[in-house]
Amino acid sequence: METKVDITNEKIDLLYAEMEKHKQKSGPLMPTLHSAQRIFGCIPIEIQKIISKELDISVARINGVVTFYGHFSVVPKGKNIISVCLGTACYVKGSGGILDTVSHELKISVGETTDDGLFTLEGTRCIGACGLAPVFMINGEVYGNASVQMVKDIIAKYKT
Amino acid sequence: MQKLINLTIDGINLSVPEDFTVMQAADSIGISVPRLCFLKGIHEESNCRLCIVKIEGQNGLKTSCSTKVQEGMVVETDNEEIYENVCFNLELLAGNHKFECWKCSRENSCEFLDLLRRFNVDNDFSNLDLFAPKEIKMNKTSDAMVIDTSKCVLCGRCVSACEKQSGLGILNFNHRGSETYVGPALFHNLEDAGCIYCGKCIQACPTGGLRAQDHIKFLERALRDKEKVVICQVAPAVRAALGEEFGYPIGTNVEGQMFAALKKIGINEIIDTNFTADLTIIEEGHEFINRLQNGGVLPMFTSCSPGWINYLEIYYPELIPNLSSCKSPQQMAGALIKTYYAEKLGVDPKNIFSLSIMPCVAKKAEATRPEFGRDGYRDVDCVLTTREIARMIRHRGIPFRDLEPMKPFGDLSRYTGAGSIFGVTGGVMEAALRTVTEILEGKTSPIEFKEIRGLADIKEATYKVAGVDVNVAVVHGGAGIKAFIKHMKTTDKQYHFVEFMGCTGGCINGGGQPIVSAINQEKYDVRTLRSQVLYDIDAKTEFRKSHENPAIKALYSEFLNEPNSHKSHELLHTVYRKRSFYEVEKK
Ligand code: SF4
Ligand code: SF4
Ligand code: SF4
Ligand code: FES
Repeated sequence: METKVDITNEKIDLLYAEMEKHKQKSGPLMPTLHSAQRIFGCIPIEIQKIISKELDISVARINGVVTFYGHFSVVPKGKNIISVCLGTACYVKGSGGILDTVSHELKISVGETTDDGLFTLEGTRCIGACGLAPVFMINGEVYGNASVQMVKDIIAKYKT
Repeated sequence: MQKLINLTIDGINLSVPEDFTVMQAADSIGISVPRLCFLKGIHEESNCRLCIVKIEGQNGLKTSCSTKVQEGMVVETDNEEIYENVCFNLELLAGNHKFECWKCSRENSCEFLDLLRRFNVDNDFSNLDLFAPKEIKMNKTSDAMVIDTSKCVLCGRCVSACEKQSGLGILNFNHRGSETYVGPALFHNLEDAGCIYCGKCIQACPTGGLRAQDHIKFLERALRDKEKVVICQVAPAVRAALGEEFGYPIGTNVEGQMFAALKKIGINEIIDTNFTADLTIIEEGHEFINRLQNGGVLPMFTSCSPGWINYLEIYYPELIPNLSSCKSPQQMAGALIKTYYAEKLGVDPKNIFSLSIMPCVAKKAEATRPEFGRDGYRDVDCVLTTREIARMIRHRGIPFRDLEPMKPFGDLSRYTGAGSIFGVTGGVMEAALRTVTEILEGKTSPIEFKEIRGLADIKEATYKVAGVDVNVAVVHGGAGIKAFIKHMKTTDKQYHFVEFMGCTGGCINGGGQPIVSAINQEKYDVRTLRSQVLYDIDAKTEFRKSHENPAIKALYSEFLNEPNSHKSHELLHTVYRKRSFYEVEKK
């Protein structure tokens, strides 16, 4: 389920105003995307379309950039970001099961955000903590030697 | 005089122009460095690293497609290290690939498969099941095209081709690392991503990652259906390229063998789209004269290229009133097949399977437009590309090269030189001018209008017709269309008649034509060679002006009465609609 993005006319006007400034300089795409991510909390296709028209850059190209950089997102992110490492070491040690647990507990799949906007689930590539495998992170904080029970407990903690 | 650079490649001394890359230098002495991502002038971003060479005195291996020659350079294109590297890279790609070569659109034109063969690549990575298999994404709901990520090697050629040739940038890389895939933003359905189906991406792709929808099975079934009479039309440009699939040099006219092969496949009736090209000229010519004399919307735009129609409907819907209301020759033929011709043959139109062989991918979608049919049946039931019909001919073991050339049969197959050149940029305008000038001036007018031939993206000319200066322009390829319309909207010049085609070069370079490998695209001027075939046919036909075609005259006297008559409007004209894209709720 996707959380609804709040696209109001005021926000769109703000984006236009900021784009106007960015267009004065060369390479307006990146600053525009930063503005959009800040204003809307994400950059969905509707917003990409507006930027595409204004900057004369195709939607596919813009989306390429948006999906390339972890900083941008197409759907709104939740308050807490849970990322489960799917690098080889973690995977071998069972991070798949951890991912499934979170997914099951929160009823979302990878890349999605819970309806209440509390959690977003991400799968990441190796984060360089292979010694602690399997590993997951909540809001950048690393939890090593993770187990299914551990992740359940921690989610419960964040829910309150 | 260009400066020459002396270098040594694999022990051979040579001198080449200073702007050559090492790859070009090697090519010039017949050393073919492996390559996958390089497509001259379109994609030169060096991301496959298969073209690596060793340059004496430099660390590591360099990509020869992006390394410029230097005085005294000593290059080695093959050694143990290079060999192991190339093999390993290919193995990795193979490990991530879903092989379906027997049914792949690229069975005989896959640059990836050629490399796997050349290096006898092991398939250990797939066999050992080492990697979690890559997620396969299929974008296949459009009527015209499919994106299949399981065949994609992420070379990026399509991304650049779409950007440079269609000017639209519909495709791009999404995400990164092992999750990367190529497609519209977020793999949005292609029919709602602003794509015009020009197929430039398919022509650029080295694999089956992008392809036209495969409709061969429709025809296979119709041929086995005892109730059905299969009537086939063939577009002007098909005969100028089909031979390439059977080993003929680019630019060979295989019209006679093409008809013979269709007959062998079991097609009941063959007609020629060239005939309806002539018909289009009569209808469109009269529409133009009418607009010119009665204050209609000018400039009038031609309407035979569905790639161009897509472009206009999606990006410049405000210019729809400028479009001629004429259907394309394919759809005119379809409408006649199911009415006039059905009656002549005494066949119930619902038992006719109307097949069309086209150099085009967009024609597949055109045929499914809701307005193109009546009483519950479609005017064109199935569109096969030049490539698809070639595959069928091959799969049936028909000895194409040995076939006795044949003429099409039936009334709707006689054509003039004007109909033939419809398949090349400038051809529709030239054909129209041959007829329009003669009608307006009331006397025999010139046949050739050479100013609007050739490959410039935008061609312009002014002709004095019956005392009036008529400003015409000819535009082809998405990038050219974008540039011209921008210009047209700002200039004071009043254009009267503009020909547009969605593909650069026109239909001869359509998205459904035989694939030309990257190496051959660099070596041959494909568009000029294929165009010449159509101009040669034109020069040799008995009649060269559409209105002189005896079969056209008969059609009007027996059936349509006169150009732009009520009946013509009902069967041969159409309407257009504004369209948008990335309608998120439709996803
Ligand atoms: S893309 Fe090439 S290798 Fe892959 S299935 Fe098609 S022909 Fe075979
Ligand atoms: S068919 Fe043309 S417009 Fe569509 S993606 Fe391919 S190159 Fe781009
Ligand atoms: S679809 Fe074809 S051209 Fe595009 S990146 Fe994949 S392999 Fe290359
Ligand atoms: S890097 Fe040179 S051909 Fe791909």
